[in-house]
Amino acid sequence: MERSFVAKNPSVLVFLAILSLFTLGVTILSEGFGIGVISTSFVKTLGKTLCLCLIAVAMDLVWGFTGILSLGHFAFFGLGGYMIGMWLMYERTRLIVVESLSQADIPPTSTEVVDAIGTQIFGVVGSSEFPLIWAFSDSLFLQLALVVMVPGLLALIFGWLAFRSRVTGVYLSILTQAMTLALALYLFQNDSGLRGNNGLSGLQNLPGVTASQDVVSIWFLWASALALGLGYMLAAWVVSGKFGSVIRGIRDNEARVRFLGYSVEVYKLAVFTLTACIAAIAGALYYPQAGIINPEEMAPIASIYLAVWVAIGGRGRLYGAVIGAAFVSLLSTWFTGGQAPDIPLGFYTIKWVDWWQVLLGVSFVLVTLFAPRGIGGLFDLWTNHRAPQRHGAALGPDDSALREKEATE
Amino acid sequence: MSTLLEVSGVSVTFDGFRAINNLSFQIGNAELRAVIGPNGAGKTTFMDIVTGKTRPDEGRVIWGEKSVSLLRMSEAKIAQAGIGRKFQKPTVFEDQTVQENLLMALKNKRGWLGVLFYRPSAVDLEKVEELADEIGLKDELTRKSGELSHGQKQWLEIGMLLAQEPRLLLVDEPAAGMTPQEREHTTDLLVQAAKTRAVVVVEHDMEFVRRLNCKVTVLHEGAVLAEGTLDHVTSNQDVIDVYLGR
Repeated sequence: MERSFVAKNPSVLVFLAILSLFTLGVTILSEGFGIGVISTSFVKTLGKTLCLCLIAVAMDLVWGFTGILSLGHFAFFGLGGYMIGMWLMYERTRLIVVESLSQADIPPTSTEVVDAIGTQIFGVVGSSEFPLIWAFSDSLFLQLALVVMVPGLLALIFGWLAFRSRVTGVYLSILTQAMTLALALYLFQNDSGLRGNNGLSGLQNLPGVTASQDVVSIWFLWASALALGLGYMLAAWVVSGKFGSVIRGIRDNEARVRFLGYSVEVYKLAVFTLTACIAAIAGALYYPQAGIINPEEMAPIASIYLAVWVAIGGRGRLYGAVIGAAFVSLLSTWFTGGQAPDIPLGFYTIKWVDWWQVLLGVSFVLVTLFAPRGIGGLFDLWTNHRAPQRHGAALGPDDSALREKEATE
Repeated sequence: MSTLLEVSGVSVTFDGFRAINNLSFQIGNAELRAVIGPNGAGKTTFMDIVTGKTRPDEGRVIWGEKSVSLLRMSEAKIAQAGIGRKFQKPTVFEDQTVQENLLMALKNKRGWLGVLFYRPSAVDLEKVEELADEIGLKDELTRKSGELSHGQKQWLEIGMLLAQEPRLLLVDEPAAGMTPQEREHTTDLLVQAAKTRAVVVVEHDMEFVRRLNCKVTVLHEGAVLAEGTLDHVTSNQDVIDVYLGR
């Protein structure tokens, strides 16, 4: 008897319901469509948080389920943002240039328009030529395709090289971190073609859209919620069947899976590439809401934060990753935004802007030591589900199948 | 009887230590064989070579009717070709149910796309149930295998091996940590399995080997010391000197 996907995964339905209610609630309270209780900037924060939840789902898939601690997924996130940012910047500049040149007596040729756009975009890094990587930036369709293809291809090549050499564990983490650092350092250069440390800016303005940011922010909230919902369902489907069994097997005992006849490297590569694409889509939705992207976003610390979110939320369960990302990143916004009240101790005042990272670091250590299942583990207390604890040493043949602990009880 | 696996002239050295020294070994279809030997005789290394975990420095490992060499194949490909292995310590996936463990092992497509879109058919579920019955875990199908006792885990692992439908089974100390009754059940499972496929059992326990009632190969310092019935090898003076006499 085969039950349906939803019946076997009730948490997916609960998650989707909560996500819809949240989106609806924010829409009603927003300035753009509702009664204006929530400011537009906070709507953007919430929309960005949804994107962070999506990349956390990807991280959970690759780390919590497959056991690959990647410290480089923010590189894919950033690349996705850059890809969509290129079109946004090109198209908006083109509209401005065409507008201003139309005042001239002689209508401009298309070469003149392109040159003028180039000067506008690259003047800041002392250039006016379009680098080769901007070849498709005039086409929304192609840039949208590149959002998935560029990070996907990078993940495919990187993963193939790393997994084929059987690099695992902490060595792989270091390698992924080196990848994101190298990419960030490369993009910091002015001649990398993506405006160096200036990055791409003005991304919040959609070309040809006259609606105010109040409205646009809600559009992006909807799009982010939709992407998170779809990404969550995809991830839940991937881990629900035999594929999920195999990748969890890889996490727990890679060699055993190999002797069952599964090609472990191919599975790792598939998961790594899939999650890179999900991360890229999250990034492509995040940066138009942030308005600006620069190479600093790909610094290794960002990917480490990602691991911290998933660990605090509870890895190995998808809703745990979402809870962790939402909880920690919103809390971080609150603390670093100067909203948390300072604590005067007389001789010293604790300013949360400075001390937040210490608090985060300490909670990460505490969670790892005392609550390895994270916030998501609280649901287990609620449903009274307990993991098997039979990890005593095996006894000799005479005491049979009992384990050490049971036998002494 | 045709040969299923032929290992000839294989040597392997770890950091100057010769773990396997010019070892030759043959087994035919549907044959049960016990491999015994003192610690460090190279029993586990021998299994590592056959399953592709360790590459030998020299020698040949030939498999099946088509006489393909296993030396250039990955572990996964060797497993797909029909060689199953059971480790000394029971290694089941403790976080997953007995059913999930068996379904993962069940002979089916192993490619990632095939697995991604795979949904268990009625036939597959029936096979899993039959297997669970055979290994005495029919009532435990929905339990996480981490909750099982040591002996049950051993059987589950044997069940997973059988689910793979291998043509050659390599079993490392299957009776370790079992009660006499559990050992008897395990003996039956192995003897039964050897009727349709080749089974190689590595074992320390002489009593257990005697009950298997099969041809015995004695390894010592990485090479075959003696081969024959248990009575034959136990009366061999070399074997008595290096192994039994101690």
